[in-house]
Parts: sequence; structure tokens; C-alpha cells
Amino acid sequence: MTTTTDHPKRTPDEIRKRHAENLGHQVAAGIFNPRQMIKSLPDALRKFDPRHQLRNPVMFVVWVGSLLVTVFAVGDPSVFTIAVAVWLWATVLFANLAEAVAEGRGKAQADSLRKTKKDAVARRLTEDGGEERVPGTELRVGDLVVVEAGEVIPGDGDVVEGIATVDESAITGESAPVIRESGGDRSAVTGGTTVLSDRVVVRISTKPGESFVDRMIALVEGAERQKTPNEIALTILLSTLTIIFLLAVVALQPFAIFSGGEQSVIVLTALLVCLIPTTIGALLSAIGIAGMDRLVQRNVLATSGKAVEAAGDIDTLLLDKTGTITWGNRRATEFIPVNGTSEQVLARTVRLSSLADGTPEGRSIIELCARKYGLAAEASDVEKSGQFIEFSAQTRTSGVDLNGSSIRKGAASAFTIDDATKHVVDGISAQGGTPLVVAENDLVLGVIRLSDVVKPGMRERFAELRAMGIRTVMVTGDNPLTAKAIADEAGVDDFLAEAKPEDKMALIRKEQEGGKLVAMTGDGTNDAPALAQSDVGVAMNTGTSAAKEAGNMVDLDSDPTKLIEIVEIGKQLLITRGALTTFSVANDLAKYFAILPAMFAAIHPQLDKLNIMALGSPQSAILSAVIFNALVIVVLIPLALRGVRYKPSNASALLRRNLLIYGLGGIVTPFAGIWLIDLLVRLIPGIG
Amino acid sequence: MSSTVAGLVQVGLLIAALAVVYRPFGDYMARVYTSTRHTKVERVIYRTARVDPDSEQRWGTYALAVLGFSFVGVAFLYLLQRFQPLLPFDFDRGTVSPGMAFNTAVSFVTNTNWQSYVPETVLGHTVQMVGLTVQNFVSAAVGMAVAVALVRGFARHRTDRLGNFWVDMTRGVVRILLPVAFVFATVLVAAGVVMSLKSGVTVDGQQVAIAPAASQEAIKELGTNGGGIFNANSAHPFENPNSWSNLIEIFLLLVIPVSLTRTFGTLVGNRKQGYVLLSVMGVLWALMLTVIWWAEANGIRPLEGKEMRFGIPASALFANSTTGTSTGAVNSMHDSFTGLGGGGAMLNILFGEMTPGGVGTGLYSILVMAVIAMFLAGLMVGRTPEYLGKKLGKREVTAAAVSILAMPTVLLIGAGIAAILPGTQGALNNPGEHGLSEILYAYASASNNNGSAFAGITVTSDWFQASLAVCMALGRFVPIIAVLCLAGSLAEQKKVPETAGTLPTTGPLFATLLGGSIVLVAALTFVPALALGPIAEALL
Repeated sequence: MTTTTDHPKRTPDEIRKRHAENLGHQVAAGIFNPRQMIKSLPDALRKFDPRHQLRNPVMFVVWVGSLLVTVFAVGDPSVFTIAVAVWLWATVLFANLAEAVAEGRGKAQADSLRKTKKDAVARRLTEDGGEERVPGTELRVGDLVVVEAGEVIPGDGDVVEGIATVDESAITGESAPVIRESGGDRSAVTGGTTVLSDRVVVRISTKPGESFVDRMIALVEGAERQKTPNEIALTILLSTLTIIFLLAVVALQPFAIFSGGEQSVIVLTALLVCLIPTTIGALLSAIGIAGMDRLVQRNVLATSGKAVEAAGDIDTLLLDKTGTITWGNRRATEFIPVNGTSEQVLARTVRLSSLADGTPEGRSIIELCARKYGLAAEASDVEKSGQFIEFSAQTRTSGVDLNGSSIRKGAASAFTIDDATKHVVDGISAQGGTPLVVAENDLVLGVIRLSDVVKPGMRERFAELRAMGIRTVMVTGDNPLTAKAIADEAGVDDFLAEAKPEDKMALIRKEQEGGKLVAMTGDGTNDAPALAQSDVGVAMNTGTSAAKEAGNMVDLDSDPTKLIEIVEIGKQLLITRGALTTFSVANDLAKYFAILPAMFAAIHPQLDKLNIMALGSPQSAILSAVIFNALVIVVLIPLALRGVRYKPSNASALLRRNLLIYGLGGIVTPFAGIWLIDLLVRLIPGIG
Repeated sequence: MSSTVAGLVQVGLLIAALAVVYRPFGDYMARVYTSTRHTKVERVIYRTARVDPDSEQRWGTYALAVLGFSFVGVAFLYLLQRFQPLLPFDFDRGTVSPGMAFNTAVSFVTNTNWQSYVPETVLGHTVQMVGLTVQNFVSAAVGMAVAVALVRGFARHRTDRLGNFWVDMTRGVVRILLPVAFVFATVLVAAGVVMSLKSGVTVDGQQVAIAPAASQEAIKELGTNGGGIFNANSAHPFENPNSWSNLIEIFLLLVIPVSLTRTFGTLVGNRKQGYVLLSVMGVLWALMLTVIWWAEANGIRPLEGKEMRFGIPASALFANSTTGTSTGAVNSMHDSFTGLGGGGAMLNILFGEMTPGGVGTGLYSILVMAVIAMFLAGLMVGRTPEYLGKKLGKREVTAAAVSILAMPTVLLIGAGIAAILPGTQGALNNPGEHGLSEILYAYASASNNNGSAFAGITVTSDWFQASLAVCMALGRFVPIIAVLCLAGSLAEQKKVPETAGTLPTTGPLFATLLGGSIVLVAALTFVPALALGPIAEALL
């Protein structure tokens, strides 16, 4: 299989830097910009609809509570009752706002995508060989359409005839045009992109309304967002907590009556809203939308949120060597003479053999000759008169016939070599290089060492992955010796050498049998089965439609290193949910210390000892807790959208860190927050 | 030797004795539940009951077997009490009233042993021996069977079979409870516990009730049942004559719950997994012992309601262990404890009986809590949560949540209604905070199948008899069904391999997390109610 990228390759560090910039940009534009909040306000108000609230059990309880308190506040209006009612509604509003802001960020993206959905007119080929013009929306799967330079491709499909340059910037944001041709792994085209040159025939592969762009719009808008399995499980846990607190608060009234201190419905509702996990309940859907959004920001399109979550669970990463781990273009790094040839003579011969060789290997040989041996990079007129012999699969050599001598270079197996040469050849292979034997008139002069250069920073990346518990397996068509050397240099945990698509499939199955989750990237049609089998299959956008259909994510940048970031985004998504749940529950301790003395110090004065925050009055204590509970949602919206900081490390270190920050922090913060709010609230006449 | 030093020596002896038997007894129980051979006695039982001991059950069938068996147990026990006059050794104590008979039947079948009756005047020896004692054995064996089924859920992969309830239950009785109870009944007789079929003896012209106490006493503690053959329970000199018998009884009520953590570790193939559960149970037990002991030693009337022959330390040790194990036997009156001491005993119960909990119930309760704790922890490390190689998804969390929800639900609803019923004030010895504590304790004890009484509350009205029986039944069987459902869905999964990304569940970090979850869940649920009862008392 081949892994082709259509734009200049970036090192992982560059990619990370770029994304860090992206992230910074997002934070500035999407979160702290109050305009975004105000812009989302109408959407937030629409979400007061009870049918919408029902989707979120925790916030539904707050909604009902707010209504109840409003009814009672109308019957008994006072500064306190009205203030509680207002802040309870504010709690619901803030939750709506969190969701609306998260969705709003996707909407902007969707709008720009929609613009690509011009109503293209398709030139459909009829059975009798003619052509008819139909609207793009009337195309069916299997239709053949002609697209010529300057025209917009009317729908997703595969090129079945011709070759063309295509401008895909509308989808990928990448301005450099890409080549799409029939057959092979670069045949897929996306509706809405523009053909820049030539003419192609495209077989349509998706129904109108289900195209790539349609799916992408639905995704970034969060319109068809379904709760992921993990989100459902967490919602069940949050509902359980809500039921427990509902019981605790409802049962409190009879106990209070028994003790001679009956409570008002307003106070009990305030207590309930403070106790149920509103913080995470309010932010849960925003976290999910923002997680998908982070993927889209990185130009990755996931078909479901489930796939994003699965990415966080990946145990094994299958990475193609070429293009992912190494640069892929093999470079000459050394000439090793044999049979008594001098190094200078070998260099000169090698240069002659490669002068007309336009392959990256050939060019790197000329470069090495110029750099190390001071030989001219340009061919002289005499040299140009030579007959260049192109590489062929039969001879497995290439070279030049010049002045009666035939110079050839090629794989060692194409020549008869002695033991000394064989030793050199094997040595190069063992170190991960590719040996090219050079001969003049069938006399072997020496060996060229071609090295596959590992991208910088890969070793560190794999060490991080190892710390996260993820095993990396390098997949390559190289022989085992070469593969091992590269694997050692790059620091991957394992490798699959001389890999055929079936081998890849077998490896995935074997890992999955052991209960592991496997992720891979692929672009060729022969990758499709493995992409479908893997738990997270990232198809390159340059790949075939088959590959894109089989995978559950598409990388628009066609950058195979992206897989590592996808894993991190998946983990970050779960961690954000867990951390905010912990924070939410830990908050309750302080709220008990605020509200219980306020409710019962009148009947049991000794309970005032629990008022360790020295809050002004029972009313100010209760109102302060309610206000803190509402405001904390707003304060945490940026965190929910950005995701908590994730540093790759082992599970224990991660848990310790998050327990400390969000557990312990969750206990301490509200004490300070409620105390501060109370300092202001107690100044309100009728409260303090 | 001062009373404090003596107390510390007793605690030391108790821990040493438990440490000695922990490994052999825990491993023995593991063998009991994994052995493929049936003893002769068992084969006779299976043949009589027409059970195929080699066929295994799905979780639903297992649960139905538990429910069916328990229902028959309740019906039999109810009828036995109602027809007492027809039975031998009834001493003309007459038939038991319907409300009381129902409450008692449910109480003993659910391993609660809440006693709304006075044994000496209500029940004869036949009901005690054929009814209550039999349930003391089988209800304990049911708890162990459910725990073992859950452990199998973790240990097995890709199967829908959890074992055979009839086999697990029979083996628990025949191979574990009967032999140990027999040995310790003999030891208790040697220590001075009464064993007689007479109804009483006359001492100085006064009739003093006696009974076959030693044989009941051993299983009462060993099976964490707690129902005394005398009203005064283990405070009665015929049940618990001296410090030695007291220590033996405490040892008995702790030995199975503690050793089951070893059984668990052995069955899941990693003993450290058992040690870490034991450490959490042990630390919370020790912590609460310190609280109760300190509170009682510093009370205003420290010896009120305590037996002089035990003193404060042995009373605190017994109270802490009986409330931490869902036993409910008492050697002192918890009603007379200080606000903090009595509240501590109540908190032990409100932890959900897992420090170390009842026979079997303690293990499965703490495992359910571990599932919840690991779900949250799993999220915080960025993976789909897992525990012991099993993923915790929607089904698992739902089952665990239902199991945890049952107890607070019945407790708070029951106690809430009781608090505002017009008749309640009259049933209480005390008004105000302490009165509320008495109500809360009664419903906590019933809902958690503890069975100990705070006392100070008369529970013979129809409302109390019925509502407490419902609390006992729902508090027992809802979690059991949920736990078996959890076991079923765990067993169906394949095992997730352990990697560096897996959160280890054998270290202090997990122990802290689990211990913290137990305390936090109990605190968050019950603090509002406790604030008006024990907390208000303790802050006075």
C-alpha cells in the first residue's frame, strides 16, 4: 500500500505547534469573547423548552425546581424568594448557554461548508453514450458524470476515467491543488470541490443529502448528535445521584417537621438544586460537542462520537512506516567500494548511472556526489549522449550505456555478487538501509547505502504513547532486517515486516481477540477491510471512497501522524467529563456547611457551629450557595469547551493529578466562593 | 491493667486471630466454591431436591432461585410462628400475632434478625431451632452465594453462566457454616454459654429463662445474623458470660466477611485485589472504632447501658463490629451511647454494610462501590472505565446504581413517613434529636439488614412491623437482583488486557478512592437527616 500526502509534510512538532496556535485562536475567539455568549443567547433562550430539558435529567430537575420556586415566590414575594427564583432560572440559562456556545462554534463552520453546496449542474452520461444535464440533487448512486476544468464536482464519487487537478480547499482548507486519477488509491473526489484542469468521468458513490459535506455539516452543527455509550453511562450515574439527593431533601421535610422546624418549599428546592450535580449536568453536552469540534479543528471528521471515545481506549496503534514514521524518500548516505575499487571511482560511476534518474533516490545520489566528492550535479554534453536505461521490474536495475560501457545499479539479487559484497549488502540491510549494488560491465564496483530517515521527534512521541499504555506497531513492506533497524531507531514497540493487507488484517484480529482496541490509518482500497475491522480506522482524504467508507474517521489533511492526536482528543474528552463530575460532587460538602446551619440553627442552635464560613444570615447563606452554584457553570464553560489539560502519562499519575485538582479543588473552591459571594449578598436589604 | 490497656490487648488479640485464619480459611472457601466434587451429604440433598448439581445457571435463573428460596423461607417461618401452639417445646407461649410473625419471618430470611418480639415470652424452642436457626444458616449461605456469583462475573469471560445457586448455597451451609458453627458452639459452652432445652430454671425463687443458646450463639455471630435467643442479646450473661466469650463472638462475626476478601483475591487470580478491599474495610473499621471508643470514654455517663463485665472498650469494640458487619447482635444498649458514639454506630450501618459487612453481602456491596468508584476514576484517566479487566458501560453502571439506590430509598421514605405519623411520638422514649436518632437508626438497621436496635422505640405497631419488614425485604433483594444482573453482564464480556494505561486497583491510590467513595456516598446521602439527629446531639 502507499501512503501519499498531497502537501508538504510536517514534523510532529510543527503539527503540534500549529494546533497549539489553533487552540489559542479558539480560546480567544470562542470562549472569552463575550460577543459569542451574547450571540448564543437567543439559542439559549429557545432551549428553555421543557422537551429540550427532558433530554438532560439533572437540568430538568432544576427546571422544574425553578418553576416551583417561581410559583411560591409569586405567592410570597420578598427579596429573598424572588432572588432565589431568579438565580435558579439563571442556572438553567447558563446550562443552555454552555450548550449554545458549543453549538455556535460549529454553526460558523457549517455555514462556510454550506457555501460549497452550490447547486451544481451535473453532466450525466446516458446509456447511449450521450450527455444530459441534471441538477446535482437528482444524481443516484452509480451514475456517471463528466466534469471538466472549471466545473464543480456534483457529488461524492470515484474517478473512473482520466486524470485531473482538483481544488479541495473548500473542504480541507489546503490551497494547493491535488491530483485525482482513475484506478489506484487517489481516485476519490468530494462533491463541492472544483476541477482545475483536464476532464474526468466520476462514478457517483453517495445519495444526495448523504454526501461527505452533508455529513460534515450535520456533525459540526451537532444536529444529529447522539449520546455516546459512555455519556449514557455517565448520565445514568448523574441521574442516580439526583435521585439520591431528591430523596434526601424530600425526606428532610418530615424530619424537620418532627424536630419542630418545618422548611419552606423555596429553601428545600434551593438545597436540592445546590446538591444535585448541576455543574457537570449543565456542561455535559457542551463537553461532547466541543470534543467533536476539537477533532474538526484538526481537520478530522469522525462519523460518530462513539469513535472518538473509542480512540481514548486504543491499546494498539498500527502505523505505516512510510510517510508516518519515516519521510519515505530514501536517501543515499554512503558509497561503499568493493573489489579494490577506489571510493572516488565508485562515486564517479555512481554519478553517471544516476544523472538521468529522476527518482528521489537518484537525485539524492547526485546530491551526495556533489556534497562529499565535489562532482558536478549537471550532466556535461558528453554525458548527456549516454543511453539511460530506466528501471524495469524484469531486470530490477537501472543505469546508463555510455562510451561502450554499461553501468547498472539495482537490488543485490539482480547481480552475481561475491561473499565480500554480500557481507556489505547484509550489513546495510541489518542497519535499516537499502543496499543498491553498482556494477560496470557486470563487474561489481561497490554498494550505495540508501537510508530511510526517521522523522524527528518520533521516538519521544512513541515514548509518550508507551507511558499512556499504547503499543505502537510499525507496518512495512520491508524485509524483517530492515524493518527491525527502523523500528529500533524510531522506538516503536513492534513491527510487521513484508506486510500484505491480509497480514495487517490478521494482526488486527489477533490483537482484538486478546481484548485490545486497535487503531490504524489507511487510504487504499485494499486497506478497506482492515479499516473496517479496526476499532478506530482513520482514512486519508486522498484515499479511495472504499477506504473512506470503511473507516470511522477521515483525515482531511491526510496526515497519518494525526492518529496520535486523535487518541489524545479521545482521552481528553473522557477526562474532562470525569474531572467535572468529581468537581461537581466535591462541591456539595461546602454547600452542606452553608445551607444546613442556615435551615436548622433556629431549632438546634448548636448547628450554628457548622457555619464555619461565618455567613451573614440564613437567607444570605442559602442565596450565596445558589449563586455560586449558578456562576460556577459560567466560569467552567471555557474549560468544558477547551477540555482539561492532558499530559500523556500513566493512569495512576493522571488520576492522582485530577483527584488533587478537581477532587480536592472541588472541596475547597466553594468554601472560598460562597464566602466571597456572601460578603456582597449580605449587603442586599432584606437578605443580610 | 487499666480498662484501656485491656481493650487494646483485646483488639490486638482479635486482629492476630483474624490474621492467623485469614489465608487458610479464605483459600478454603475459594476451594469450596470451585471444587467439582460433591460430598455424600450434598448428593443426598441434591437428589432429594431434584437438583442437577453440575448444571449452571444464567443470572436470571440464579436470581429467581434466590428469590424463590427466600419466599418459601418467609412463608414457612410465618406459618411456623402462627401454628406454634401445635409444636413441641412451645411452653404455652401461644401463637405469634400476624404482624409480628410476618416481620420476624422477613427479618430472619433477609439475614437481618431485627427482633420486634421478646424471645423469652413469645417463641418456644421449636420455632427458635427449626425456624430461626435454620434461617441463620441458609440466609448467610445465600449472601455468600450471591457474592461468589459476582466474583465469578469478574473471573469468567464470555459465558452466560454464573454457577448453580443450589450448589453454592448447600456448600456454604455444609462445608463452611455448619462445621465452624459446631466447633464454636462447643467452645462457647466451654466458655460458659448456656445450652439447654428447658424453658427456665428457678434461682432464689425467681424463674430465669434458659434455652439452647450456645448452638444459636455460634451461628448468630458467624452468619452475621444477630438475633439473640434472649431479649438482651449478647449483653445477657447466658449468651455472653465473660470477656473471652465476648472476644470469641466478635471474632466469629468478623471472620467470614474478612476472609472472603482472600477468597475473592484467589478466585480472580490476584490476591492483592483482595488485600486492597480488606485494607479499605480495615481502615474504616479501625477509624470508626476509635471514634466510638473515644466518644464513649468521654461521655457524660460513660457506663450507662453497658455491662460492667465488658466495660467501655469491649462494648465499643462489639458495637463497632456488629454495626460494621450487618450482624446486629449487641452487648450494650446503643441508645445509651453518646451522640457521637451512637451516631458512629449508625454511620457504620449507613456506609451500606461493607466495613467489612455481612457474610457475602459485605463483599458484594464493596465490589459494587468499587464499580462506581472505578467508573469515575476511569473517566479521569481518559479511558472507558474498567475494573478487574471488565468494561463498565451502561449496563454495569445501571446495575450498580440500582444496587446502591435501594437502601437510601427505602430508608428515607420509611423513616420520613414514620417521623410524621401521629403515633410515632408515643412510641419513642425520647423527644427531639434523640427521638429522631431512634427512628433513623431503626430504619437504617432494617434497610441495611443489620438488625441491631438503638432501642428506645416501641416497634410493635402494625405500621412499624409492616414498614420495617418491607425495608428489610427491599433492602436485601433489590441489591441482590442488581448484583446478579451486574455479574451476568460482567461474565459475558471478554477480558480487557492490562496495560500502562490501565488504572491499577491494588495500590493505596485505589484504596483511598474506594474508601473515600464509601464515606462520601454515605455522607452526601444522609448528612441532612443526621444533622437533625446525631449531629445535633453530638454538637450539644
